[in-house]
Amino acid sequence: MSDAAVTTMDRKPMPGMMVYNKKLGMWVFLLSEVMFFTSLIGTYVILRFAHPDHWTDPGVVLNVPLTAVNTFLLICSSVTMVKAFASIQQGNQKGLQMWLLATILIGATFVGVQAIEYNALLGEGFGPVLDLYHAVGRGNPHEGPSLGGPLYGATFYAMTGFHGAHVTIGVFCLIFVYIRSLQGAYTQDSLEGVEVIGLYWHFVDLVWILLFTIVYLI
Amino acid sequence: MSTTTAMETHTGTAEHHELSFIRKYIFSTDHKMIAKQFLFGGLMFLALGGALAVMIRWQLGFPGRPLPMPLRILFPDTMAPGGIILPEFYNSLVTMHATFMVFFALMPLMAGVFGNLLIPLQIGAEDMAFPRINMASFWIMPVAGFIMLASFFVEGGAAGAGWTSYAPLSTSGEWTGVYMGQILWLVSLIVLGFSSILGALNYVSTVINMRAPGMTWFRIPLATWSIFITAWLLLLAIPILTGGLLLLLFDQTIGTAFFRPEGSGEPLLWQHIFWFFGHPEVYILIVPAMGFVSEVIACRSRKPIFGYHSMVVAMVSIGFLGWVVWGHHMFQSGMNPLLGMTFVVTTVVIAVPSAIKTFNWMGTLWRGNIHFDTPLLHAVAFVALFIIGGLSGIFMASAPVDIYIHDTYFIVAHLHYVLVGGSLFGIFAGITFWYPKMFGRMMNEGLGKVHFALSFLFYNMAFFPMHNLGVQGMMRRIYDPNQYEFLQGLQPLNTFISISIFCFAATQILFAFNFLWSLRAGKVAGNNPWKSNTLLWTTPSPPPHGNFPEMPTVYRGPYEYSHPDREEDYWPQDEPPATTGSGGETVTTPTPELVPGG
Repeated sequence: MSDAAVTTMDRKPMPGMMVYNKKLGMWVFLLSEVMFFTSLIGTYVILRFAHPDHWTDPGVVLNVPLTAVNTFLLICSSVTMVKAFASIQQGNQKGLQMWLLATILIGATFVGVQAIEYNALLGEGFGPVLDLYHAVGRGNPHEGPSLGGPLYGATFYAMTGFHGAHVTIGVFCLIFVYIRSLQGAYTQDSLEGVEVIGLYWHFVDLVWILLFTIVYLI
Repeated sequence: MSTTTAMETHTGTAEHHELSFIRKYIFSTDHKMIAKQFLFGGLMFLALGGALAVMIRWQLGFPGRPLPMPLRILFPDTMAPGGIILPEFYNSLVTMHATFMVFFALMPLMAGVFGNLLIPLQIGAEDMAFPRINMASFWIMPVAGFIMLASFFVEGGAAGAGWTSYAPLSTSGEWTGVYMGQILWLVSLIVLGFSSILGALNYVSTVINMRAPGMTWFRIPLATWSIFITAWLLLLAIPILTGGLLLLLFDQTIGTAFFRPEGSGEPLLWQHIFWFFGHPEVYILIVPAMGFVSEVIACRSRKPIFGYHSMVVAMVSIGFLGWVVWGHHMFQSGMNPLLGMTFVVTTVVIAVPSAIKTFNWMGTLWRGNIHFDTPLLHAVAFVALFIIGGLSGIFMASAPVDIYIHDTYFIVAHLHYVLVGGSLFGIFAGITFWYPKMFGRMMNEGLGKVHFALSFLFYNMAFFPMHNLGVQGMMRRIYDPNQYEFLQGLQPLNTFISISIFCFAATQILFAFNFLWSLRAGKVAGNNPWKSNTLLWTTPSPPPHGNFPEMPTVYRGPYEYSHPDREEDYWPQDEPPATTGSGGETVTTPTPELVPGG
């Protein structure tokens, strides 16, 4: 595909969006991702307004401090991604590799923390399934009245789960870019791959800030 | 004209090495080959969907009578014991007919075939922006189709909750008797969604970024415009469906309760999600046909399209309005009448751009030098049938009337007027018009006209009386209308409709024969058999890898037919403007297709 992009630039066609094809393609793809998360968030909003009794106060069931740290980590990974791109813009191969690796590690940590969180929540009876839902609140022994309702669990896992899947895919893509960077595939003049994966990564980060606010804080 | 054979050896500026069979015909990244793959795939699914329709009509035309002999032994006792279609199997037939037609026949045939074929050739690009993503977009479709087909063979049969799969009917096999089939239905459509999004992403990027010099936005041919708008709808609507399908899948498999009322879920929410996708989807299925028809009518009337700009604006506004009308599918779902009123108004507003387009087509035909060949006949049929389908749409757009006709055969009549009369005739116009460019040969004109005439006749005989059935109260998905006394008098009409459908289906054999026979035996087309203006027709038929020997330059709009200053009645987009010679006479450069290798 890279040679197609090069020949396109040689052709000097109509100006279009003034960006190269891959970047435009990623923008357009992210628009469709916006609609995907819209369907999930819309479902959440409608179910929550229809059944407020299925939700609890923030922090009763969900571990807000842990996730706040995780959110901070993910924001940091956006910074490292920017640093990676800035490095290769200056032709700094070593910097690119280092910052990409940092982004990968932070991204993987985010997914790992999310898995630990899921595990703890499931242990406390906070699951997505209608018949098994029996959330007892954070740190409680396995007794006491059930808090909230199954719609809370179902929307929580749907939204955070699909976001987590996006982060995981992003990490794999970053690993691919990282390996290519070790082979010296990116230079000051050829950094499309880094920029495009960066766009995706920032988008996923942005979605998380939205999700963290509406799922954990409100 | 006879330069095509000489040009076959000319492969443009692209690489000259021969591709292996697999790279050339199977895992091809060439947009023209992918268009052909979509064409053959889409036509096969069209035939399958048609076969299911014939089965449905057999049951309605001759309720309780065993299927005729070759079909009788084809179906096991779980579907049709002794050849008599079971009610459960009838549900599957209705569901799968719609699913195959909408997702596997019409969508690939419109966006898949013509998006791929027309966009690069009409805007002067060598290929799509992302050829490999384009290939993936095609190959996902057979995978999804295989999953969908497999659902016929699992226990409980294929999905039977209708193509809309309303919750809670679809959330549990308790209601339909279908367990695995419904899950496969969901998985197949989730997979297919990726195909649509990848295709749409490609179309949008290509049109924005890869236009040849001079190809300004308002010099883009209307067919490409229509697919560009459709691609936006696909891109933004399909992810909504995917989200909904995933949640419904969780309801069925792991036991969540998004849409299940027994767990406080909201069945109505599914309807909102589905139709929020579903109404843009309706325009995904009709807008490309509008583009094809505009192209054909202008070219075969030898006149500039009437109101080019208003055509584009009308399509864009249909695309926008499509997002705010979904509630009109749900007037009967217990909606606040005030909200219903809002949806009535937004829906009726769509009549304005639709009418603009219709009158523009008629304005183009008016006093044109009309060539009555097969593409034009199909295109004019599209306009006529789209008017009928559009007018019946106004009935159901109006909530008080819709309450009476909701979920009756009036709806079936309406949707078949727009999807068969509209989309399918539009596709026929497109295939017959661009067949020479795809395969280098003309389809047989006589056979094409017979196919058109019979199709048009049997089509109207089959679907027009359905309005009548609906107004008299026959339900949309009913298995045997005779179980109600007040519907028993409609049986002769139902039998008449069924026989008409069988004739309509049989007529399509003519098309299949013509299509396949012309591949080998059709008249060699030459570059520009229709004397049309778009860049597409300046390339050899079929165009070589890389399309254009050198990048074309565009000087004018695509519909400069019968220009008063010119002898020829067409003016290709890439022909340099006429220069005035020393003696004051007009000197025009020869048209590109007359120059060998050019």
